[in-house]
Amino acid sequence: MISDQLATAPWLMWFSIAGVTLFLIMAFNALAAVYVERKVSAFVQDRVGPMGQGAGLHAGKWGLLQTVADAVKLLTKEDIIPRAADRKLFIMAPFVIFIGAFISIAALPFSSIIQVIDVNIGIFYILATSSLGVIGLILAGWSSENKWSLYGAMRSAAQIVSYEIPAALSIIVVIMITSTLNLQGIVEAQGGIVWGFLPNWIVFNNPFAFLAFFTYFIAGVAETNRTPFDIPEAESELVGGFHTEYSGMRWAFFFLSEYANMFVVCGIASVTFLGGWQSPIPGFMNSPFWGLFWFMSKVLFLMFIMIWFRWTFPRLRVDQLMSVAWKYLLPISLINIFGVGLWILLVGA
Amino acid sequence: MITLGFWFVVIMTIAAAVVVVGSRNLVYSAVGLFFTLFGIAGLYVFLWADFMAGVQVMVYVGGILVLILFGIMLTHRISSVNISHTGLQRSLGALVAMVILFGLTYLIQNTPWKWVAGIEPESTTYEIGTLIMTDYLLPFEVASVLLLAALIGAAVLSRKNP
Repeated sequence: MISDQLATAPWLMWFSIAGVTLFLIMAFNALAAVYVERKVSAFVQDRVGPMGQGAGLHAGKWGLLQTVADAVKLLTKEDIIPRAADRKLFIMAPFVIFIGAFISIAALPFSSIIQVIDVNIGIFYILATSSLGVIGLILAGWSSENKWSLYGAMRSAAQIVSYEIPAALSIIVVIMITSTLNLQGIVEAQGGIVWGFLPNWIVFNNPFAFLAFFTYFIAGVAETNRTPFDIPEAESELVGGFHTEYSGMRWAFFFLSEYANMFVVCGIASVTFLGGWQSPIPGFMNSPFWGLFWFMSKVLFLMFIMIWFRWTFPRLRVDQLMSVAWKYLLPISLINIFGVGLWILLVGA
Repeated sequence: MITLGFWFVVIMTIAAAVVVVGSRNLVYSAVGLFFTLFGIAGLYVFLWADFMAGVQVMVYVGGILVLILFGIMLTHRISSVNISHTGLQRSLGALVAMVILFGLTYLIQNTPWKWVAGIEPESTTYEIGTLIMTDYLLPFEVASVLLLAALIGAAVLSRKNP
C-alpha cells in the first residue's frame, strides 16, 4: 500500500497537500476544542464562560473569537528558554510530541475515500506511532532542568507506558472479531445489522466487546494525560508538569498535540468500536460524504465526553492511578480477550 | 524518488548511530538511538515488512527507549551526579568495528542469496500469524512463559520485603 503511493508520480505534491491539510485540521481542532473546553467547563460550573461584550468586538458573539485571541497572544509572546535548560533537547521536545500526533492522524480513515495513508497494518501503525509522544514528554521534562518538569515527565512516562497495555489489549478484541489490521477493513466489517435492530458495530457485537470499548476509552483518556488522569501536569502539585518552563509558541505546540492526541484516541475508538464512517442506521445516508459526517460526529461526541470527564471528576492519586491500570483494567481486558475468543468459537464473529 | 527516500533513511540511521556511540552525554546518545531505531523501521518498510516496522517502533521506540530514558532520569541530576560515558580504547574499538564491517561485507557478497520477486506481498500479517500459530507455536509459547517469568521477577525484586 505504501509503495503504491510512493510509486505514483506526483507524490511529493500530493503528500504536501495532505500534510498541510492535516496540519490545518489539527490547528482548527485545537482552536475549536479549547473553545468548547472553556464553554463546557463554564456550564458545568454554572458560569457563562467567554462572552462578547455588547456591541464591541471583544471576543465576538458568545466569545467565539476567544481562542483566536489566545492563538494570536501565544504567537506573539516572547520565546523563553531557561539558561540552565539543555537548549537542543528543549527545542526538539515539542516537535517530537507533535510528530507523534501528526503521523497517527494521517492514518485515520475520515471516510471510505478520504484517508491520507492506507496502511495494511493500520491499527497497529497508530498504536505504534502514538507511543512516540511519550519520548517528547520525557525530553521536555528532562531538558527543562526543573524538578517539577522532571517529576511530571517521570509520572507521564510511567502512566502512558502502563495504560498502553490495556488500550492495546482492548484493540486486540476488535482485531479478533474483524480479523484484519487495516482500518478500512475494520470499518467495512461493521456494516449491516446485529441483534435485529442495532447497527453491526463492534461495541454491540457481544458483551465482552461492549466492555472492551470502555476499557479502551478509559485507557485512552489516561494516555492523553487528561483529568482524571492528569497527574503529569497536576497544576496544584507540579505547577505545569513537563511543560512548566515552556512559553509562547512552544507551549502552544504541546496543546496542539494534546488535542490532536485526543482526536486520535477518539478516532481509534470510533473506527474500532463505533463503526467509523458507517451510518448508525444501516444503509441510510451511507455515501462517502455522509461517511465523513458520521465519522466526525462520533469523534467529536467522544471528545465532548472527554471534556465532560475533565470538569466532573477529581484527579486520581499516583497509587490509585497505577492500581486502576494494573489491578482493574488489565485483568478486565484479559478476560475480554478470553471471552471474545469463546464467543467467536461458540456463536461466531 | 524511492531511491532518494531510501538514502535519506540510510544516512539518518547511520548518522544517528554515530551520535549514539560518539556523544559524551548519555541523554544525547538515547536521542540518537531514537533516530537509529526509527531509521531501521524505515528500512523494514523498504523491504515490504510493514508489520516488522510497526513492531520495531512499538517495542524499541515505545518500550525499550522509554525504559532507557526513564532509567537515565531516575539516576541523573536528582543525585546531582553528572553521568557521562567516556570513550575508552577508541582506536581498538574502531579496529574491531572495521574488522566486523569487512567481515560482514565479505559474507554478504559471497553468500548465495535466495532471491524472491521484488513485488509487494498481498498481506504480510496473515502469513506471520499462520506461521506463529502452526510451525512456530512452541517457540512462541516458550517466549511468552519467559516474559511472564521476567514480569513476576521484576515485581518480586521491586517489593520492599522480598
